Amino acid sequence: MARIIVVTSGKGGVGKTTTSAAIAMGLAKKGHKTAVIDFDVGLRNLDLIMGCERRVVYDFVNVINGEATLNQALIRDKNCNLLYILPASQTRDKDALSQEGVGKILDELKKDFKYIVCDSPAGIEKGAHLAMYFADDAFVVTNPEVSSVRDSDRMLGILASKSRRAEQNEEPIKEYLLLSRYAPDRVKLGEMLSVDDVQDILSLHLLGVIPESKSVLNASNSGTPVILDEKSDAGQAYADIVARYLGENRPHRFIDDKKGFFRKLFGSK
Amino acid sequence: MSTDSQKMPYTPPALEFKSSTFSVPVLVLSSDDLLIIEQQLQEKVDLAPEFFKNSPLVLDVQALNKQGYAIDIAALTELIRKIGLLPIGIRGGNAQQNRQALELLMPVYSIRSGGVTEETQKQKTVTPEPNTELDSDVTATTLITQPIRSGQRIYAKGDLVITAQVSAGAEIMAEGNIHVYNTLRGRALAGVQGNTDARIFCFDLQAELISIAGNYKVSEDLDESVRNKPVQIYLQDQALIIKDIVQHH
Ligand SMILES: Nc1ncnc2c1ncn2[C@@H]1O[C@H](COP(=O)(O)OP(=O)(O)O)[C@@H](O)[C@H]1O
Ligand SMILES: [Mg+2]
Repeated sequence: MARIIVVTSGKGGVGKTTTSAAIAMGLAKKGHKTAVIDFDVGLRNLDLIMGCERRVVYDFVNVINGEATLNQALIRDKNCNLLYILPASQTRDKDALSQEGVGKILDELKKDFKYIVCDSPAGIEKGAHLAMYFADDAFVVTNPEVSSVRDSDRMLGILASKSRRAEQNEEPIKEYLLLSRYAPDRVKLGEMLSVDDVQDILSLHLLGVIPESKSVLNASNSGTPVILDEKSDAGQAYADIVARYLGENRPHRFIDDKKGFFRKLFGSK
Repeated sequence: MSTDSQKMPYTPPALEFKSSTFSVPVLVLSSDDLLIIEQQLQEKVDLAPEFFKNSPLVLDVQALNKQGYAIDIAALTELIRKIGLLPIGIRGGNAQQNRQALELLMPVYSIRSGGVTEETQKQKTVTPEPNTELDSDVTATTLITQPIRSGQRIYAKGDLVITAQVSAGAEIMAEGNIHVYNTLRGRALAGVQGNTDARIFCFDLQAELISIAGNYKVSEDLDESVRNKPVQIYLQDQALIIKDIVQHH
């Protein structure tokens, strides 16, 4: 059975698109045929992160309007032939998406793909609503700060009450916490919430912690999902997350301050 | 430790809402021998462990009391929790047992009220919608086992029992009492139709606002000595009293 994953948060700029690109690539690399859809109509940037912006002919809205077939609009990834991208339209607004239209496209994708990753726009309005409505699993991307945690909490309430699964009284969406842009040294200084603080507030299953990392910017500049940068900490964090999602048992990393050990040893500030 | 509390005007809800009532299994006891109870209950649970796992339960000790056996509610509750069930109330208890139950944050149901219907089937749970009123019989208890998240709003006509956390930014309201067997971080308003006898009970008080019959306190007014603690909140001479749930003698 195909599974629809929504990558969501409520707040903007927390790393949803970075995460969508990374986990879609990770799932495809593990041998699962995967599609990743940009729901951020009007502000598309998934195609940039995936490095396929110069191959976009048709987009999500064209398919909904019947102006192109799904096969015409799907772009095969240059690094992995099991991964396909459905870009968003840059020229329309969010009203171009309809629940019925989105449902039809997802149904069609489900016949052919194992995982369908939906990159949600920020906010709790129409675009974000449509991205999460049909989901089976939700990756809730949260930054370790109070306002981001609060927005995620809000989004969790919406997942639990406004999704298709909730409306039809089916088993609820499976919710996972992805704590992103984590900087242990700043946690230590009290400038950021700790993993435990966030867990305490959200009481949600932690799928992984992604460290604040320069490799993310490098990856997006070069148009390759950061998970392909296997030496980078963020890349490894995403690889762990994909493995855990697929059932592997991997210990959590990137939570502790590596420098802490040396600081203790040498007594530097 | 009461301080002044302000009066908040009551605004009638301006929305149309869904209704639901809940049924909870009732454990009718006919022996006060804890060993035998444990053994027999464990046997039943072993038959269908998934079915019973974390299932809420109301303890009925009426028959037992009639026979003159007053069982210790604290010990009984501990035993049942150990087996993996969640006692959420008692009925048919004597004064001391009812007091014991309240100290354990368990509501006391009356036998006749019909507030809890007997059912052997597994408890149904609800997912509250934001801005949704859970309308039910006047005497009925609304049970919620899933977290109430920021932006969600619950309204119960009778008592409201919540076993999961209530997030900051969420709002729970009841015409009767409110019980939160978890952390209360949002706004909790009991006795919203003016019932000044209504109370709020919670495991861990971190609320943004608490109110009984319109008398409220905001987080800033809460004394440090009652924060992060199991407390009960009630009205006395129009003042909100916040007390440790466990009375130290
Ligand atoms: N782990 C990280 N470390 C450093 N920068 C990050 C990380 N994750 C995301 N970013 C940066 O944050 C910004 C927002 O990320 P993006 O994935 O577009 O967020 P969203 O889709 O939630 O708006 C981008 O500039 C991205 O490069
Ligand atoms: Mg984005």
